[in-house]
Amino acid sequence: MKFTLSWLKQHLETEASLAEIGEHLTRLGLEVEGIDDPAAKLGGFVVGHVLEADKHPNADRLRVCTVDTGSGTIQVVCGAPNARAGLKVILARPGTYIPVTGEVLKKGNVRGVESQGMMCSWRELALGEDHEGIAELDPAAPVGARLLDIMDFDPVIEISITPNRADCLGVRGVARDLAAGGLGSLKPLDASPVAGRFASPIGVRLDFAPAESSACPLFVGRLIRGVKNGESPQWLKDRLTAIGLRPISALVDITNYITYDLARPLHVFDADKVKGDIHARLARPGETLAALNGKTYTLDTAMTVIADEHGPEALAGIIGGEATGCTASTVNVFLESAYFDPIRTAATGRKLEILSDARFRFERGVDPAFVLPAAELATRLIVELCGGEPSELVVAGEEPDWRRSVVLRPARVEELGGVAVAAARQERILRDLGCTVSEHADGLLVVPPSWRGDVAAEHDLVEEVIRINGYDAIPAVPLPRPPMPRPVLTPAQRRSGWVRRQLAGSGLVETVTWSFLPAAQARLFGGGAADMHLANPISADLDVMRPSVLPNLVAAAGRNADRGARDLGLFEIGPQFDGPEPGQQQLVAAGIRTGAAVPRHWAERTRPVDVFDAKADAWAVLAAAGLNPDSLQVAAGGPAWYHPGRSGTVKLGNKAVAAFGELHPGVLAAMDVKGPVVGFEVFLDSLPLPKARPTKARPLLKVSPFQAVDRDFAFVVEAGIAADAVVRAARGADKALIADARVFDLYEGAGVGEGRKSVAITVTLQPTAKTLTDEEIEAVGAKIVAAVAKATGGVLRG
Amino acid sequence: MEELETIRARALEAVAAAASLEALEAARVAALGKKGSISGLMGRLGAMGPEERKAAGALLNAVKDEVAAAIAAAKAGLEAKALDERLARERVDVTLPVRPARQGRIHPIAQVMDEITAIFAQMGFAVAEGPDIEDDFHNFTALNIPAEHPARQMHDTFYFGERADGGRHLLRTHTSPVQIRTMLSQQPPIRIIAPGRTYRCDSDMTHTPMFHQVEGLVIDEHTHMGHLKGCLTEFVRTFFEVDEVPVRFRPSFFPFTEPSAEVDIGCSREGGELKIGPGKGWLEILGCGMVHPNVLRACGIDPDRYQGFAFGMGVERVAMLKYGIPDLRTFFESDLRWLEHYGFLPFDLPTVTGGLTR
Repeated sequence: MKFTLSWLKQHLETEASLAEIGEHLTRLGLEVEGIDDPAAKLGGFVVGHVLEADKHPNADRLRVCTVDTGSGTIQVVCGAPNARAGLKVILARPGTYIPVTGEVLKKGNVRGVESQGMMCSWRELALGEDHEGIAELDPAAPVGARLLDIMDFDPVIEISITPNRADCLGVRGVARDLAAGGLGSLKPLDASPVAGRFASPIGVRLDFAPAESSACPLFVGRLIRGVKNGESPQWLKDRLTAIGLRPISALVDITNYITYDLARPLHVFDADKVKGDIHARLARPGETLAALNGKTYTLDTAMTVIADEHGPEALAGIIGGEATGCTASTVNVFLESAYFDPIRTAATGRKLEILSDARFRFERGVDPAFVLPAAELATRLIVELCGGEPSELVVAGEEPDWRRSVVLRPARVEELGGVAVAAARQERILRDLGCTVSEHADGLLVVPPSWRGDVAAEHDLVEEVIRINGYDAIPAVPLPRPPMPRPVLTPAQRRSGWVRRQLAGSGLVETVTWSFLPAAQARLFGGGAADMHLANPISADLDVMRPSVLPNLVAAAGRNADRGARDLGLFEIGPQFDGPEPGQQQLVAAGIRTGAAVPRHWAERTRPVDVFDAKADAWAVLAAAGLNPDSLQVAAGGPAWYHPGRSGTVKLGNKAVAAFGELHPGVLAAMDVKGPVVGFEVFLDSLPLPKARPTKARPLLKVSPFQAVDRDFAFVVEAGIAADAVVRAARGADKALIADARVFDLYEGAGVGEGRKSVAITVTLQPTAKTLTDEEIEAVGAKIVAAVAKATGGVLRG
Repeated sequence: MEELETIRARALEAVAAAASLEALEAARVAALGKKGSISGLMGRLGAMGPEERKAAGALLNAVKDEVAAAIAAAKAGLEAKALDERLARERVDVTLPVRPARQGRIHPIAQVMDEITAIFAQMGFAVAEGPDIEDDFHNFTALNIPAEHPARQMHDTFYFGERADGGRHLLRTHTSPVQIRTMLSQQPPIRIIAPGRTYRCDSDMTHTPMFHQVEGLVIDEHTHMGHLKGCLTEFVRTFFEVDEVPVRFRPSFFPFTEPSAEVDIGCSREGGELKIGPGKGWLEILGCGMVHPNVLRACGIDPDRYQGFAFGMGVERVAMLKYGIPDLRTFFESDLRWLEHYGFLPFDLPTVTGGLTR
């Protein structure tokens, strides 16, 4: 919402400065977005008088002028074609700030002649585009006077209006709020009836079924005959231009002006193009309207139209029709002032995608008691600017009932608002806002004014009181809190924190990616179902909820590779979406590594990332999440987006809790990302939460005083046997004595036979009662060999 | 025992002359070995009478100890020399780079959420979460935003396709549905923050289709607007780690709060550098207000008995302001250079007592 200072002052009697007004607006909740005050930059300019203008000795087009500054004469070189003796000009002396360049003027030398100042065009003052020559001032302008003192520069104020403040979509509403806020007083508005000279030949009526009568409860019209629809006067054109509207013709400008001045949209029909009476009704199926914006709209039966015998001539509260619009040749004009239902107006506007100043106001609610006064005001302005003769008003329907009584208990202001405001001041504030206030057993009985449809309950009144009283006056009180803060995170929240910091500690870089992705990528990762599509995606690339976190990470790796970063590790902890219902999502910790796991280095052998890097990451997540690794099983193979032979699924019981592996080359090719890329997904919501324990005591540490013994075994097994099976069998051979078993070598090739492999494990024996004898070690060794043979068919390598 | 003196002198001479551990060992064997010169004299003691043996044995032992000590000293010297020589050979170029190790990072959004959580945890706020996909009731209706309310136009909502019942699910436009779900499932007193992903159908220099919010909710019998000011003022000063940052509350409008306010913090922009703190400028950082009675009512909470406040802020916005990150869109680009520059070290766990930021 924009307006100029002089416009505001037409409604507000105030001595306040522009800066004070700006501060007050923001303090009242009418947030100032900007104040453009041309005067702020024009302080240095004075009126000069050109005494002589001689030809420049070295340039044909330049003149050397002698200029009276009021306190002496100076020499100015000027190239303007209209520089001539006798002219009153806008003069800048060295040191003056020049708005259009943003720089300070320096003394110059133009082709060997000193120039001690500059005579300015309007454009140089950033006051227009006129650069034909220097500005010519009124010959009566006093020489040496400051430009600011002889001309009015009207600052433009722009404020943002929250949707509840429909009343402030007009300058008068803003003035009213400022007056209530103590910044002056509201000037009276003359909306007295204009005497009609004749009966309107065009009647008005409301054609609604009773159930739909709220669509337009009141419709007022009047014919004004014999008008001349020329250009608007300068003051009106200036105001419209200042707020970014284009002056069109006096009649149209008047309706636009009243829209912005009084938050009251009106419409004018060329009465000679209207056939029969004007009536408001719901549109009939398939009716169309060619609107003033040049577009034709097909209407439906939920939309209110203003129609004549031809059919719809305007879309109520939104836009007028081309056929009956006023033009330069309009002689007889029919003025419309009506009240339209906000919800219906909003729905219609949204459906037809029409944005207009009228819709903006009607859907937020115009003043229901101002329909008639607006018609009178507009009539007066039309007659004043365009001449003509008004008919009597024609009225259909009646003012909708807007009166509400609300009781305000004065104590509520402090209880809810946190600030004590004396009851008398509360009453005064409400009256200044236009409320009717009377006594009530519980406090004040308040009837909010017709223009404040947003004030309907006690808490609204509390807000009005503390708003006008000032939020600054509310004392800040610390929120009462427990004397000692308690841990507030749930076990699951703490767990995702541990996982996050574990992954970053493992050298992966955390990222955050969109929850949506291209449908083609979603399909690669098991998603993309029809019900997971957004109806209105921001772009075709982000149209489906992600079925996995991985594709976004893979795509990110591709983008980084394009920038030259090929070796990287990324992770994200975020949702994946399994279904279209609220709650059909789960928290996943996912990560990828790409390129070289060990970069080229003088002391290390480089190697590409492989499935075991991803497995290590998955394992680190599971351990950080508090799982015992012994409780997990790994099965070969993962979801379809992994390499089938180089991926695994981690299971807890029969529930898959994680997957890891090399990304499927086909998936990478489809995403145009160069491999290898390895990745993992851990489904955090599927993991059991750590059990709450009554104390934080750790289990007692049991250490054996006897030395542990390591023994190595190499088993030859079928190539398809999992190493883990060998290890598990060995571990199970003597649970009391065997503390650990792990693979330390793997061999396939000559010596072990075709289709077979050698798995070498080291087994740690930990006695607890006494040192082991050679015989006992031998005996355990035999048990291990037997157990492995039984479980895997493996035999000791000879 | 002149012979003893000769043997002693010879043995000590041989020890002194040994230039290597091998030569020293030869000298030791020659003197103290089984067939060594001193051992030979030891063997002759048996043939002596008791008195003579006692006197000779004492002398002989003294010589033996002396020679053994000399050998030990010479050995230590030779070993030290050998070590010095080895160390002199063992030299590396210590300017060579160490073995590569990857340094991971925490994304600024996660770090700032941890910071915000740490602050509000001090004030007794729990952390509540909810789904990203929401229905109309939780995202709008329960929040006092009826279908045709102009306020819905402030939210550019992502919708899913029409369902069998004619309704549409949507991506939550704020984390306020989490407030609704909390109030529906628990009675006051309530004190929560709700961090999470939020979505608006908007994309330009200063908007991304997905961003993060932290909202807060306090409901009890006595919390008023003064507490809201106190709570958020404390938050702002703690979060930005600037004690004197001015905080301004401006009247505003949200359908779900009344009275409503927007909160600005002071800043200066001298020399093109934005600094949080006392200055001429203001930066809007969050919206807040007293929870609207209709919202309480929609959640089955008696508005005549309970009241309280709610607030919401953009995580990226406060992160940008605190850490001087210039462009919102970069948060979601996964550019390694950006992540490594603006990201945080994994062990920088923010706490109020330990300091939020190093």
